[in-house]
Amino acid sequence: MFESFDPLILARAQFAFTLSFHFIFPALSIGLSSYLMVLEGLWLKTGKQVYLDLFHYWIKIFAIGFGMGVVSGIVMSYQFGTNWSVFSERAGSVIGPLMAYEVMTAFFLEAGFLGVMLFGMSKVGKGLHFFATCMVAIGTLISATWIIAVNSWMQTPAGHAIDTTGRFVPVSWIDIIFTASFPYRLAHTTLGAFLTTAFLVGAVGAWHLLKDSTNPGARKMFSMAMWMAALVTPVQILAGDQHGLNTLEHQPVKVLAMEGDFDPSPDGAHLVLFGIPSNADERVNYEVAIPHLGSLILKHDWNAPVPGLKDFPKEDWPPVIIVFWSFRVMVGLGFAMLGLGVWSLWARHRGKLYDWRWLHRSAVVMAPSGFIAVIAGWVTTEVGRQPWVIYGLMRTADAASPIAAPAIAVSLIAFIVVYFAVFGMGIHYMLRLMAKPPAVNEPEAEHLPQHAAGITPGASVASSQAGEG
Amino acid sequence: MAALDLPLIWAGIIGFAIFAYVVMDGFDLGIGILFHTLPPGKERDHAMNSIAPVWDGNETWLVLGGGGLLAAFPLAYAIILPATYPLIIAMLLGLVFRGVAFEFRWRDPAHQPMWDKAFTAGSLIAALSQGIILGAVLQGIHVENDAYAGGWLDWLSPFSLLTGAALVCAYALLGSTWLVWKTEGAGQDRARRNAILLGVLTLAGMGAVSLATPFLSIDYWYRWFEMPGLILTAPVPLLVAACALVLFTSLKNGSERLPFLMALALFVLCFAGLGISIYPNIVPPNITIWQAAAPDSSLAFMLVGAVVIVPLILAYSAWAYWVFRGKVGAHGYH
Ligand code: HDD
Ligand code: HEM
Ligand code: HEM
Repeated sequence: MFESFDPLILARAQFAFTLSFHFIFPALSIGLSSYLMVLEGLWLKTGKQVYLDLFHYWIKIFAIGFGMGVVSGIVMSYQFGTNWSVFSERAGSVIGPLMAYEVMTAFFLEAGFLGVMLFGMSKVGKGLHFFATCMVAIGTLISATWIIAVNSWMQTPAGHAIDTTGRFVPVSWIDIIFTASFPYRLAHTTLGAFLTTAFLVGAVGAWHLLKDSTNPGARKMFSMAMWMAALVTPVQILAGDQHGLNTLEHQPVKVLAMEGDFDPSPDGAHLVLFGIPSNADERVNYEVAIPHLGSLILKHDWNAPVPGLKDFPKEDWPPVIIVFWSFRVMVGLGFAMLGLGVWSLWARHRGKLYDWRWLHRSAVVMAPSGFIAVIAGWVTTEVGRQPWVIYGLMRTADAASPIAAPAIAVSLIAFIVVYFAVFGMGIHYMLRLMAKPPAVNEPEAEHLPQHAAGITPGASVASSQAGEG
Repeated sequence: MAALDLPLIWAGIIGFAIFAYVVMDGFDLGIGILFHTLPPGKERDHAMNSIAPVWDGNETWLVLGGGGLLAAFPLAYAIILPATYPLIIAMLLGLVFRGVAFEFRWRDPAHQPMWDKAFTAGSLIAALSQGIILGAVLQGIHVENDAYAGGWLDWLSPFSLLTGAALVCAYALLGSTWLVWKTEGAGQDRARRNAILLGVLTLAGMGAVSLATPFLSIDYWYRWFEMPGLILTAPVPLLVAACALVLFTSLKNGSERLPFLMALALFVLCFAGLGISIYPNIVPPNITIWQAAAPDSSLAFMLVGAVVIVPLILAYSAWAYWVFRGKVGAHGYH
């Protein structure tokens, strides 16, 4: 039934699907764990009840998301072998150790201290509990750092040699970890995770403000989220711009695909706002463009020449339409976030932050904006580097496992069905928690099973203090 | 570092990670497999609570085993995973179900029966897949030019199905002896009865697999029955018999910990037997540890971390088991 499909396309679709799904959860875990750290820190410092209430409110949601991040992540660590065995064999000695360090340094911290965190402040004691919260937050950041080092090496490889059998062997670990695109990608992705969380928190706050604009928890979370929106979005846009300049230097074809520049522009490139790019026609159909703006953005100079895709061999072009549009989705959402941030500043200035209902309604609509933006960003990054899996060195087509189309097709369908069913239910449980307003004296996570608590030293402290579980 | 045989050291570390995974997640999965034989209500809650604190730490060893294999033996990783593709996918999906069941079962009482089913089915599928993968690797993988060269159902054989069934029984034995240790009253009695039956089945499975293995390839025959292998292999059946004896008597005479420890000992012996069969290969029939290994620069880089961190993880897990050493109740340990 599936024999006529291209196994390569199926393998890519499967990888992209499972990874995009996985990334939804870490994007939230990275941001939310830092938010929880801030809330608990503020509570310890000021003693204000509202911070503690918010902490207890969000930690329940965090626990579910984290669990789903773990199970979907375990799938990812095996997908390199199932889908890209040739890549694993050739590059395993370079990327494998980085991922092994991720397991040893990050997952260890997270899995361990998550237990203490969920066990509850009253049982563990404030100091140890706050320490655990910080460790979980740091663990998620370490995790992101290692995996982004892996991805950045694949984008801008350095620090390796290629032996006579065609395998990549490490030469300098420092160069392998700190490649040209690594700092930009790390900064932009981490900020993206923070914004994703901020817009979710802001939307939940706004939703409850619409029903009861006096709820103190809702007011506080909305206000905090809008500060993030107003202050971090501009930084993110700047980081994105710098990231783009760096990409132009190392992967010009990707940037030209993002811009839809098929023809070289010797005296200044225009900026295409809208259009339907076509690899086959080698042009952007129905184009709407602003002259010279492209050069200004890419070169920070009105008239600078910009090359075109046609300066490069066509077999090295990515599918332009995907990259072109995913990039516009991300950038569009970035400016929408900026708009909401500026609007909130204005409302705050006028003293109407908790009263302007249209502001709240817009914030509710923006709830999924961060998730969509990070996925769109990754699609830009990953599809834009095609047809290479290790940029300039190994083609995706040469990386695939020797597996027949029917096997991949069946497993792809299984992943889609299971992920939507299982993670759909999980997201439903998270939404159900968010639908309840934050209460004054919000209870701690109640008598759930002892959960991850087990593998932590803190748990023993807890059980000796609590007498019984 | 040049003097060290790094590939051999890493084979030891990864072998250890896999063994740690098998016994630790083994009893979790075993309880999952038995879950539906328990009456809904308190007994199920007790069984779930007895593993809730430790299961996700246990599962991390799977990530270490898989990630470590990619890093230290990329060639083995790149051959075994495609060769057992449908099994790996089935195992991963099984683990997804049983992993979320831990959370969701408590959050959504209305759907608890459904998540209980997901828990059992997920555990069973994961265990069966792991057992069949073991058989598929033992029976040998068809490799040409350093790549898997078989079809996508090559793993399927009477032998691999046998190892699959045997592992399911063995995990269930571990799970039921764990419950003997951790529960009281009617639940414990049921676990005892289950453990006797499962003990018989596990021994039968081990016997059948051991009888069949030497016939898979002449190499296995040599390693088992020629000197010097014989010195190593001869004590294994004797020790198995001794452990079995202690297992059954301890189940009868009411001791609580010994059955679990004996089930564990059976796993150690099986693992030793497997080691004797496979060594020095990592992918039977003919890819050795040294052929599959990453360059020393990669192995040395990771060893620095592993030497410091793995003992930490171990110390910390041992502590956790110590903390949860008592009997379990409806709301967790007391
Ligand atoms: C909330 C999330 C978010 C927002 C609002 C933006 N981005 Fe972004 N972007 C990401 C989240 C993200 C990301 C998911 O984090 C990516 C994927 C990989 C990466 O490095 O970051 C990304 C990739 C990415 C790339 C690809 C670089 C490469 O592949 O080499 C560029 C050029 C930009 N971004 C530029 C921008 C600009 C100019 C924005 C201005 C509005 C912007 N991004 C907003
Ligand atoms: C959450 C973040 C990520 C997302 C959403 C993502 C998305 C994608 C997508 C959409 C593709 C398919 C490209 C195509 O079909 O043309 C892909 C391919 C791939 N990505 Fe990523 N990616 C992410 C992060 C990473 C990271 C961190 C790594 C490495 C550590 C990685 C490694 C790969 C590999 C090996 C492929 C297969 C080859 C290919 O088709 O490009 N990705 N990814
Ligand atoms: C191919 C790529 C990836 C692989 C193989 C992978 C693997 C994993 C695994 C195995 C886990 C579970 C860890 C545990 O057992 O506790 C996990 C969780 C996590 N991953 Fe990924 N991952 C990938 C992509 C990403 C990306 C792109 C990011 C971030 C930028 C990321 C960040 C995290 C974080 C922060 C966690 C822990 C928090 C959570 O579970 O939500 N991962 N990942």
